[in-house]
Amino acid sequence: MLFTSYAFLGFMILLLIAYYLIPGKFQWQLLLVFSYWFYFLADFRYLFYILITTATIYWTTVGIDKNREKQGAYLREHKEEMSKEEKKSYKSSQKKICRRLLIACLLLNLGILAVVKYGNFFIANMNGLFSVFGKTSQLSFVNLIMPLGISFYTFQAIGYLIDVYQETVEVEKNPFKLALFISFFPQLMQGPISRYGDLSETLYGEHKFDIRAVNRGLQRVLWGYFKKLVIADRILTAVSTITGDTEAYSGAYIFVGMLLYTIELYADFTGGIDITIGIAETLGIVVQENFNRPYFSKSLKEYWRRWHISMCAWFRSYVFYPVSASKTLQKFSGFSRKHFGEKMGRRLPVYVASFVVWLATGIWHGASWNFVVWGLANWFVLMVSEELEPYYGKFHERYANVGQKKAYKVFQIGRTFLLVCCLNLFDCYSSVVDTLRMTGSMFTAGNWNILWNGALFDIGLTVVDYGILAGGVILMIIVSLIQRNGSVREKIALRPYPVKFIVWYGLFLAVFLMGIYGIGYDASQFIYNRF
Amino acid sequence: MERLLNILSDMHPDVDFEVQENLIKEGILDSFDIVTLVTEITEEFDVMIRARDITPENFNSAKALYALIQRLEEE
Repeated sequence: MLFTSYAFLGFMILLLIAYYLIPGKFQWQLLLVFSYWFYFLADFRYLFYILITTATIYWTTVGIDKNREKQGAYLREHKEEMSKEEKKSYKSSQKKICRRLLIACLLLNLGILAVVKYGNFFIANMNGLFSVFGKTSQLSFVNLIMPLGISFYTFQAIGYLIDVYQETVEVEKNPFKLALFISFFPQLMQGPISRYGDLSETLYGEHKFDIRAVNRGLQRVLWGYFKKLVIADRILTAVSTITGDTEAYSGAYIFVGMLLYTIELYADFTGGIDITIGIAETLGIVVQENFNRPYFSKSLKEYWRRWHISMCAWFRSYVFYPVSASKTLQKFSGFSRKHFGEKMGRRLPVYVASFVVWLATGIWHGASWNFVVWGLANWFVLMVSEELEPYYGKFHERYANVGQKKAYKVFQIGRTFLLVCCLNLFDCYSSVVDTLRMTGSMFTAGNWNILWNGALFDIGLTVVDYGILAGGVILMIIVSLIQRNGSVREKIALRPYPVKFIVWYGLFLAVFLMGIYGIGYDASQFIYNRF
Repeated sequence: MERLLNILSDMHPDVDFEVQENLIKEGILDSFDIVTLVTEITEEFDVMIRARDITPENFNSAKALYALIQRLEEE
């Protein structure tokens, strides 16, 4: 059941009525039932996977907590007779037990993710290697279903596990509450990857019906549907046409395709997250923001602070910092300073930790070499930018006023946007070779005349479609610009009633009349569902 | 404290670390700076900063960071 299906509308209406009719203390239980029902409707077999994750995370975190309680009690009881060294040694042995529990649970859950998501990718590569070495025997592919959103809920659950291990959150002793945290349906399919400390603040509380809060949530949902149904799904056909035939579409078509895909990805993913956050708002629950006007970033580094914020924060907290602070990397730091000089030696460990993060980020996005190369390409650009930083500094010292000019800032934003567009091409093709060949064709095909000879009307978009897209993109830009000074909805709420009516009713009509759907039509899946 | 301030000033000579209290929130220190800082502190003070210690609260000001170093030295 997709957010953009008619069934989901019915599901939400039923939930909202029941949610505000029952006593507040039962609201979170109802959410759990609806979350599991939501997942059950997607495919009943998915429940098996999410239950394993929930059960193992629960047992492990409660096990770690009990172990700590036992340790505290033992130390209190033997306070007098134990020396400082004995206490230290006892703590260390208990810590090892907790660490073993953590590692076992991590391996199990990452193992499940690896098998269902990457099993066939691994087998295909092994078979390729066998062929290279002349072996005729081939491994057969495994036929396992991949639960929707498994990457999201597994990472969210693992984040909680590590937080409990690191004692940054209290353990959740109620297994049903933990089950809701892992399965909360609005964010189950495409995030954000919430942290337990944030989401639990409002997830289990009692929420009274507040028409203004529900209204605000529905406004955000409507804006999300506009981005998804009017913009993203409209572009989908054109992008599929261009990227689906590498022989017929090259050169300038790729340039158009990558621009369109980057707009589509934004409208699709941020639209989906708007729907998620909006639904949560109608239930009185606060889900963290996942975007901060990313296409206004002036560098790739800034872009990754503003795009898919929850995923980046996850990798930063649970991969980048632990790898960077590890004894191995600290030792490497000493080694690199000795051999590569003070300056480079200081940066090398950061680059190594960053490499690990980008490799993992690429793999997380999908079982394909394209995503691995995409991750490493991001890493490469970020490292080159870091190395060039002193030269930029010198340039700005010499031409002090250039950096202050608005035109320069617009240039930086445009440059970053084009860079992101190019990197996104890895997402459009199924092989690295095709991606590179098509990227190269932009410089060699010389077919720029397609931009004005009418050929762009043959890629699945009519004049009306282009008009709607232009209007939609301008609207998204205006909204983003207004967001610099606070919430757009707040600003609209302060306007007179007729203005509010025109804005929201107009948006509703736009979704209703210009959305890409019809009778019996189920809108296409969200791009990030497949990750 | 002076040794810590020297490390910080080396990284960002333009920032007055004695008065700045929002190093993370205002984006003065990014994740690359934090990791470099962890390495520098480990070398200079011979303490082990763990991933769990890398929080905005501990890195928001030189004072908070120094308090963390002192805690780790005591452990």
